[in-house]
Amino acid sequence: MEMSWIVPLFVGISLLGAFLVSLLGRKIKLLPDILGNLTVLALLCLSVLAVYVVADKGVVVYNVGNWRIPLGITLVLDGLTSFMLVTVNLVAFFIALYAVNYMKKFTSKDKFYTLFLLMLAGMNGVIITGDIFNLFVFLEIASVASYALVAFGTERHELEAAFKYAVMSTVGSLFILLGIVFLYSYTSTLNMADMASILADKGASNLVLMVSALFLMGFGLKAALVPFHAWLPDAHSSAPAPISAMLSGVLIKSLGVYTLCRLFYNVIGISSSLSSILMVLGTLSMVIGVFLAIGQWDLKRLLAYHSISQIGYVILGIGLGTPLGIAGGLFHLFNHSVFKSLLFLNSGAVEYATGTRDLKRMGGLAQKMPVTSATALTASMSIAGIPPFSGFWSKLIIIIAAVQANRYGYALWAVIASILTLASFMKVMKYAFFGQLKEKWSQVKEVPLCMKISMSMLALICLGGGLLFLPAVKEVFLDKAVRVLLEGTRYSQVILGG
Amino acid sequence: MIIYFLCLVLFCIGLYCILRKRNIIKIIVGIIIAEYAVNLLFILVAYRKNGRSPILSPDTEIINMVDPLPQALVLTSIVIGLAVTSLLVVIAMRIYEKYGTFDITKIRELKG
Repeated sequence: MEMSWIVPLFVGISLLGAFLVSLLGRKIKLLPDILGNLTVLALLCLSVLAVYVVADKGVVVYNVGNWRIPLGITLVLDGLTSFMLVTVNLVAFFIALYAVNYMKKFTSKDKFYTLFLLMLAGMNGVIITGDIFNLFVFLEIASVASYALVAFGTERHELEAAFKYAVMSTVGSLFILLGIVFLYSYTSTLNMADMASILADKGASNLVLMVSALFLMGFGLKAALVPFHAWLPDAHSSAPAPISAMLSGVLIKSLGVYTLCRLFYNVIGISSSLSSILMVLGTLSMVIGVFLAIGQWDLKRLLAYHSISQIGYVILGIGLGTPLGIAGGLFHLFNHSVFKSLLFLNSGAVEYATGTRDLKRMGGLAQKMPVTSATALTASMSIAGIPPFSGFWSKLIIIIAAVQANRYGYALWAVIASILTLASFMKVMKYAFFGQLKEKWSQVKEVPLCMKISMSMLALICLGGGLLFLPAVKEVFLDKAVRVLLEGTRYSQVILGG
Repeated sequence: MIIYFLCLVLFCIGLYCILRKRNIIKIIVGIIIAEYAVNLLFILVAYRKNGRSPILSPDTEIINMVDPLPQALVLTSIVIGLAVTSLLVVIAMRIYEKYGTFDITKIRELKG
């Protein structure tokens, strides 16, 4: 257990970064940029290291303050954790790089980076923690930082969206806390592994069903599954572009999808009724999200509705419960966080250059903004599922998994939603980037260097995303995560034994 | 049993307030009420009848004690609630500056 020291660093480094930026950022002009980016770079390196540690040593458990396992807070590093850490920190790194140029138009960059790093600390904390109340605390840290970031511009729309988002998300948190209270009263423990073993001993009860319903509402609200999605289009389209990318790219996944998987698979234990609820909710989000998206004319709003739809694919894949389904779901989760954040960064670049988000007012921007339009094309093909881009492979795997599990209806809906996604992104490309250049955009310039670098790198990952399913990479990165979910409640033996 | 029921009623009052009120400040108050109901439930879960405080001393024997852990957790959750509430109030103040009203039916520029 020598490597266990890296586990608390994921929260520690980001909190330290946030503290230093807020302390020194106002005095030294360049410091927020440098410190913010260095912090996220360190986190990215650490999360790649974490993948190797997990491949080498298996599960790593860190006991905070050296308390024995059911007593203190435990931090757990296993396959799913390292997978999520890489996803979150990779996307966060490129977004932080992009923000160097983009956030210039806002006055207080130090506050931006402070909140950004706090949000990152919350997300990393949710991912690594093995204690259910600690999970709630980190979830709230990330959520509160994200409310403030949505309202960052303090204009009419930002404030309205932030208020709506904060109220709905707080209600979701209340349901989660209520679920935790009931679980604690039933099991008298907060450690997730211990809780899983006690729940397995006690067997099924109505209370566990109620807790499942509460968690489904709470985390479903954080993940923006369809009956609980109303806040997402407003919040994600009103925030500054790097924050929209962060919210759509990783926040809804780490606070919503990851926690749902972890609690339902590893703590409560998945049942057939629970997995069919997940599949139905996933399919509903997938179809309704894309139908709502296709009629939008505001670029960021359109992208936000697509987030709902793509989260549906992830939940459908994970809800199938077969090894291939879970692999497809997690693979799509990774791909979606890359291409959706890229698309939001593209929309930010367009807004940066032209000052508008309305698709009807754009046109022919490909001539003036070659990098933005090329990367947007890559991301659009990826989200629409055109081979050989990454989105194609993950959607294909989810659809194959649905067919293998004899769920033809779900597979059909997945195909239909994919076609509609293609249609709506053809609309985006046609109206925004191709066609005749409008007169008023003749003076438009390509965006600055950092934004270009970050968008091009993300586009490269989209292009090479399919390589993740090569056996050598898949074995280390994806299969370990899938195995954690397939193990189900045996999770407790792994943690308590180790 | 009745006290748990009253706790549920309190939570429902909070939810009703959040869902049905038009004034932003009343919505925030609703959130606070619902939050307190959950905190209260957490404390009630830990309560034992005739329980005493769990402080170990050499000459006493503890037979029936109140569970101390939820009290620590509720403190944390109250602090989180404070942060959320203050942020919401600040956003409400800014909304009033921009829109000149607290009525959510008049603050509806985002839709679609």
